[in-house]
Amino acid sequence: MDISTNYLGLKLKSPLVASASPLSTDVAKVRQLEDAGASAVVMYSLFEEQIEHDNQALDTFLEQGTESFAEALDYFPTPEEYYNREAEDYLEQIHKLKKAVDIPVIASLNGVTPGGWTKYARKMQDAGADAIELNVYHIATDFSKSALDVENIYIEDLKSVKYAVTIPVSIKVGPYFSSFANMAKRLNEAGADGLVLFNRFYQPDIDLDALEVMPNLQFSSPAEMRLPLRWLAILYGHLNSCSLAATTGVHSSYDVLKLIMAGADVTMLASALLKNGIGRLTEIEMEMKHWMEEHEYESLSQMRGSMSYRHVKDPAAFTRANYMKTLQSIK
Amino acid sequence: MKRKMVTIDGNEAAAFVAHKVNEVIAIYPITPSSTMGELSDEYSAKGQKNIWGTVPSVTEMQSEGGAAGAVHGALQTGALTTTFTASQGLLLMIPNMYKIAGELTSTVFHVTARSLAAQGLSIFGDHSDVMAARQTGWIMLASNNPQEVMDTALIAHRATLEAHLPVIHFFDGFRTSHEVSKIEQLTSEDLKAMMPDHLVIAHRKKALTPDSPVMRGTAQNPDVYFQGRETVNPFYEKTPGIIQKVMDEFAGLTGRQYRLFDYYGAPDADRVIIMMGSGAEAASETVDYLASRGEKIGLIKVRLYRPFSREHLIQALPVTTKALAVLDRTKEPGSNGEPLYHDVLTALTESMQDGTLPTASFPKFIGGRYGLSSKEFTPAMIKAIYDELKKDKPKNHFTIGITDDLTNSHLVYDADFTTETPDVFRGMFYGLGADGTVGANKNSIKIIGEETSNFAQGYFVYDSKKSGSMTTSHLRFGKKPIRSTYLISRPTFVACHQFAFVEKFDMLAEAEPGAVFLLNSPYSKEEVWNHLPGRMQQQIISRKIRFYVIDGLEVAKKTGMGGRINTIMQTCFFAISGVLSREEAIGKIKDAVKKTYGKKGEEIVRKNFEAIDQTLENLFEVNYPATVTGTLAEPAVVSDLAPDFVKKVTSLMMAGKGDQITTSMMPADGTWPTATTQWEKRNIASEIPVWDPETCIQCGKCALVCPHAVIRIKAYDGKYLSGSPETFKSTEAKGREFDPGTKYTIQIAPEDCTGCELCVEICPAKNKQNTSLKAINMATQLPIRETEKKNWDFFLNLPEYDRSKVNASTVKGSQLLQPLFEFSGACAGCGETPYLKLVSQLFGDRMVVANATGCSSIYGGNLPTTPWAKNKEGRGPAWSNSLFEDNAEFGLGYRLSIDKHKEMATEYLISLKDQLDPALVEGILSAEQKEEHEIFAQRERVDKLKTALKTLTGSAAVMLLTLADYLVKKSVWIVGGDGWAYDIGYGGLDHVLTSGRNVNILVLDTEVYSNTGGQMSKSTPMGAVAKFAAGGKRNGKKDLGLIAMSYGNVYVARIAMGASDVQTIKAIQEAEKYDGPSLIIAYSHCIAHGYNLKYGMQQQKLAVDSGHWNLFRYNPDLVSENKNPFQLDSKAPKIRLEDYIYNETRYKMLTKMHPETAKMLLDQNQKDVQARWKHYETLASEDFSTNGNGINPVRKEN
Repeated sequence: MDISTNYLGLKLKSPLVASASPLSTDVAKVRQLEDAGASAVVMYSLFEEQIEHDNQALDTFLEQGTESFAEALDYFPTPEEYYNREAEDYLEQIHKLKKAVDIPVIASLNGVTPGGWTKYARKMQDAGADAIELNVYHIATDFSKSALDVENIYIEDLKSVKYAVTIPVSIKVGPYFSSFANMAKRLNEAGADGLVLFNRFYQPDIDLDALEVMPNLQFSSPAEMRLPLRWLAILYGHLNSCSLAATTGVHSSYDVLKLIMAGADVTMLASALLKNGIGRLTEIEMEMKHWMEEHEYESLSQMRGSMSYRHVKDPAAFTRANYMKTLQSIK
Repeated sequence: MKRKMVTIDGNEAAAFVAHKVNEVIAIYPITPSSTMGELSDEYSAKGQKNIWGTVPSVTEMQSEGGAAGAVHGALQTGALTTTFTASQGLLLMIPNMYKIAGELTSTVFHVTARSLAAQGLSIFGDHSDVMAARQTGWIMLASNNPQEVMDTALIAHRATLEAHLPVIHFFDGFRTSHEVSKIEQLTSEDLKAMMPDHLVIAHRKKALTPDSPVMRGTAQNPDVYFQGRETVNPFYEKTPGIIQKVMDEFAGLTGRQYRLFDYYGAPDADRVIIMMGSGAEAASETVDYLASRGEKIGLIKVRLYRPFSREHLIQALPVTTKALAVLDRTKEPGSNGEPLYHDVLTALTESMQDGTLPTASFPKFIGGRYGLSSKEFTPAMIKAIYDELKKDKPKNHFTIGITDDLTNSHLVYDADFTTETPDVFRGMFYGLGADGTVGANKNSIKIIGEETSNFAQGYFVYDSKKSGSMTTSHLRFGKKPIRSTYLISRPTFVACHQFAFVEKFDMLAEAEPGAVFLLNSPYSKEEVWNHLPGRMQQQIISRKIRFYVIDGLEVAKKTGMGGRINTIMQTCFFAISGVLSREEAIGKIKDAVKKTYGKKGEEIVRKNFEAIDQTLENLFEVNYPATVTGTLAEPAVVSDLAPDFVKKVTSLMMAGKGDQITTSMMPADGTWPTATTQWEKRNIASEIPVWDPETCIQCGKCALVCPHAVIRIKAYDGKYLSGSPETFKSTEAKGREFDPGTKYTIQIAPEDCTGCELCVEICPAKNKQNTSLKAINMATQLPIRETEKKNWDFFLNLPEYDRSKVNASTVKGSQLLQPLFEFSGACAGCGETPYLKLVSQLFGDRMVVANATGCSSIYGGNLPTTPWAKNKEGRGPAWSNSLFEDNAEFGLGYRLSIDKHKEMATEYLISLKDQLDPALVEGILSAEQKEEHEIFAQRERVDKLKTALKTLTGSAAVMLLTLADYLVKKSVWIVGGDGWAYDIGYGGLDHVLTSGRNVNILVLDTEVYSNTGGQMSKSTPMGAVAKFAAGGKRNGKKDLGLIAMSYGNVYVARIAMGASDVQTIKAIQEAEKYDGPSLIIAYSHCIAHGYNLKYGMQQQKLAVDSGHWNLFRYNPDLVSENKNPFQLDSKAPKIRLEDYIYNETRYKMLTKMHPETAKMLLDQNQKDVQARWKHYETLASEDFSTNGNGINPVRKEN
């Protein structure tokens, strides 16, 4: 049985990719991921904003109180080379992972400035990354910016990275676009080698006792895979040499199979592995194979897109009709 | 070979050489020498090698005494060893110094010569310390400027090996140690050439080794000790020759020729000054000036002070000398002249005796004192001395630079005399510590010094406060080496980086005609004129000053620089001064920015570049009118209500005119009035807290955490509100403890607040309509200053709440008590002062404080004004500081004296029993005095007793009258930081803990030596980066509490106000109540932890939640109640250690420098947290229900 797949031009032994998570900060864990069957690993994200923020904070606090009082002209030893340690560590980690495992290593980048995107992307390529996943994490809070303005930010970021590197570049986005189909097409045209659907945002909560807003990130639930499922199904076959990855809510072999049938080239897992351990990957692969065997599928390519908007019997099910049907079913 | 020109200060010059030619370095922080130790530690942490290819081993010790011991040991076992120190530190080394010299051992101590603590402490420069070590048998070499420091350091390290005698290499604290100067750096080849292997090998061969055993340090008896002392004479006889030879060799290498006594001036001088140290630089400048005008004068710079070579001195003395003045930068009270005076006098007398005196006759000979504690020593003063020598009967034992109207020792000088020349650029820059002015100026010096052929000099003056402090930078540039070792008197460029200064300081008082005045102004070039005081307008007009303005803050804001205006003002300076062409200057500034900030991230560089580019567009020359429009009246420095002493003396210091204070105005014995900070209205906060009575829940937390006691709470009868100012706020007091109709006010002292925001962060009450608001919110100070001033004055006059009615064990109750520690000079957001303030609220009217040297002695006792205050009855804490190392013993002395006086009073009282009211006597003798109301009652009884005593005759009654107040309980507080308690003072602290005496020791634990800039102490936690632990501290924090508990009869508490304010109050009260020694270890967040201190209390909570700082109380009194004396007051660790520590730069920076080490130390530290918790839990679970089964026997009696 052939469960191999192609993603961003990389030949992968299975559609099971470990998505960006803290697991990739540990070389040993990534080795375990490989042993458990991960066909590629997307590293944790390098956040340009955080690096810059940390640098500024360090600069501020190393300088705080200096040159003010004759007995204490400063409060810390003069640091040598260390300010961009996060970035250096990240690049070093790419290097280490590349040495430790045979599966492709995909670096993940979250930039804020055009310069930041390209600078770090190039460094990731130089450090040996097989591909780059741009993780655009943008909440459009600016009341003066139109949807088009916001979309253009994505396009420009992508273009600038594509211009800077030669390795494949995918882009991971959220679903909150007025016209996601059009957006996907624009991203495709701007050079995306793959789309990763979707980003999960930190959703804030309110602490009633402290009257404070609290950031809150919980593990994904299987129900969340429905959203990428829909859009994979819609996008499948409409993009030009652009891989599709499903992420968010991939917890079981059934989820994997459904997403592939909807059109995914790969499915990415994080919550399932953090919650149940890396071994879950092996189980999913076995269950998936078992299901395929039982249902007499020979390869993944056979099923890919088989349940997409294009190929499904009732495409309206992926659109508003689905909503209506759900409502009716509640009655 | 071409050597590199560098712009560095004296400390760096010494450390550069010392680190390169030593194998072992023992260090301990003390101002102004700390930098040398810090640099050595950093060099080694970075792996920099000495000239023999090995990285020197650098070890911090627990005191200078310890450092000297370690040096002695390292020398005995053959290593090339050095250390750095100053002042009291050098005194602590003296016992070892005798031994090191007695054993003919080679080493160099680099000393930044500093005042000794006498009537007061001073961190500044003079020769009191080195003169106190002149008898130890060490060679003493003086350097006068940073270039000489580097050169002499090498000469010293070489000469010691050859002479077999140790060397004190000294240079003036601050004036030389901190003066940034352009100098030629010695190369490794220079160092190698001067340090031949055979001398190093000879040194090493003296090592104690079991492979060839000998012994030293024997005990000698009357038969041989004397002879033993005299065996060393030949070494001292040879030393001057050796040192001159080494100096000659050095000259051959570098072209800089030094002599043991360097003569400078007219070859046929008839008047000569002899002196050493940085003052000789100003003197040589003056000699040049006056000699070129025909005066026959000269100067002998003493370089080798010990052994004192009469022969070389006489050689240096011009035969034409008719009058001589010897200047000492020290004071030896009661002597017949200071040390150098005596040495020269003896030398001349002996030469006269043996006929070798070259002069025609014995010259007129006088001595004088100058420059104590970095007092200015200027050409005007030097000229006055030369003029004095012209007189038939010049004044001997004179002072210069002060007005001594007590004993008339001073020489009068013409302050207008100057040797400043037009070819030297002289710039003065007034800024705030926080605005980066000094940093920018250091940068400018580097640019000009290293990128142009100019010589450069920078000297920086800081004020005595740790928050909102003013800095003045003095910069000189010129084509010739600059020897002006005094502050700039005739600036050609004055920059004021803070507009508020134009009213406060007379910055243009001495500006040269045609000088430039650059003002950072929120007002435009059109508006600014009318915002200047008349005095300044007049100066600008009459001296035709070129006047420029820039709104630096606006440019900083626009370009994302926040409040940092340094780069902007630096750009202005270059643009106007013309030291470099504009284009060139901007290029260089940008290069410097890249160099400084490049590693900190591109964003920071980009912002700076943008600020530089925008600066020129916003810099304007002001066309000012020819008439003065402002008022010429100077605002009063202090309020009219201030006491006379404050008005006459303190206010002069506050206005920066302390030099005008004469000796008769000064307290003779170092005794000063308390409660003076209230008269210094500093207005340093741009934003201050404002109270919202509607939202307030009256918990009192805001007042509790306020480090500067600017948030006050009063509950009072509503009738007092009549006549209150319009904006004065009050509300109904909440709580059953208050009588109906009681009003409640939280008032802020608007002019004393530092704007730290701790109060806002701690406030638990949120506005129900808008949760971004609390019951305390920050607001811009300026618009509310005047109204709040009125409110504050009104508030002060409201009656204090009756102490005897307060439940002081609650936060709410304790904060109704008047703080007797207020408006200190501590950092904004200080973590120490809230504890002191709380203690002053609880016991201030009967407490006496022994304060170890450190932050708390500086914000608590640094002039001009001091924060320990008095209540309306005139009672309040009495305070003193002895030393750094002896504070526990010092405080114990208080207790011994107070107890003895109480005992004597009791004895007298009993002896007078029959003549007094028996009930009163019985009442006094049996008083409990544990609670506030009991103490109050006793005070009343004692007042009655005193009244009665006045009617009695006889010496017993007279004596009892002087001792009666001791019958009222006194509370002894021994206060200091962790550097004192864990390190230098630990031996004494340990001893005092075992004394059984009723003393309360409060350790303000910041986990570093905060006052000297954050050096590691034994309290520093594992994984934290500190100075002297540049690579992160490898071992854990000492558990001082556990050690103290082991005695069983010591009350011990570990507290953290931000984690549990109730436990803090409880522990402090229990400790005070406990009739024996108490130790309170208080977590104190600190600027040296590296985060925004407004979150200090939150960090304290995280420290406790993570298990880093467990709260507990150990109360020996509980054993007698069959209870476990050890009570854990915090819960098991509930957050990861990293969630606490990585909020702080001190930990975070290690993850960025050495991530592997950081991880390893974090893991270890986390394990230690668990282990410690387990241990404490075990202690807390001990069963004491059957008396006598406890692990710690009670030993209250000693």
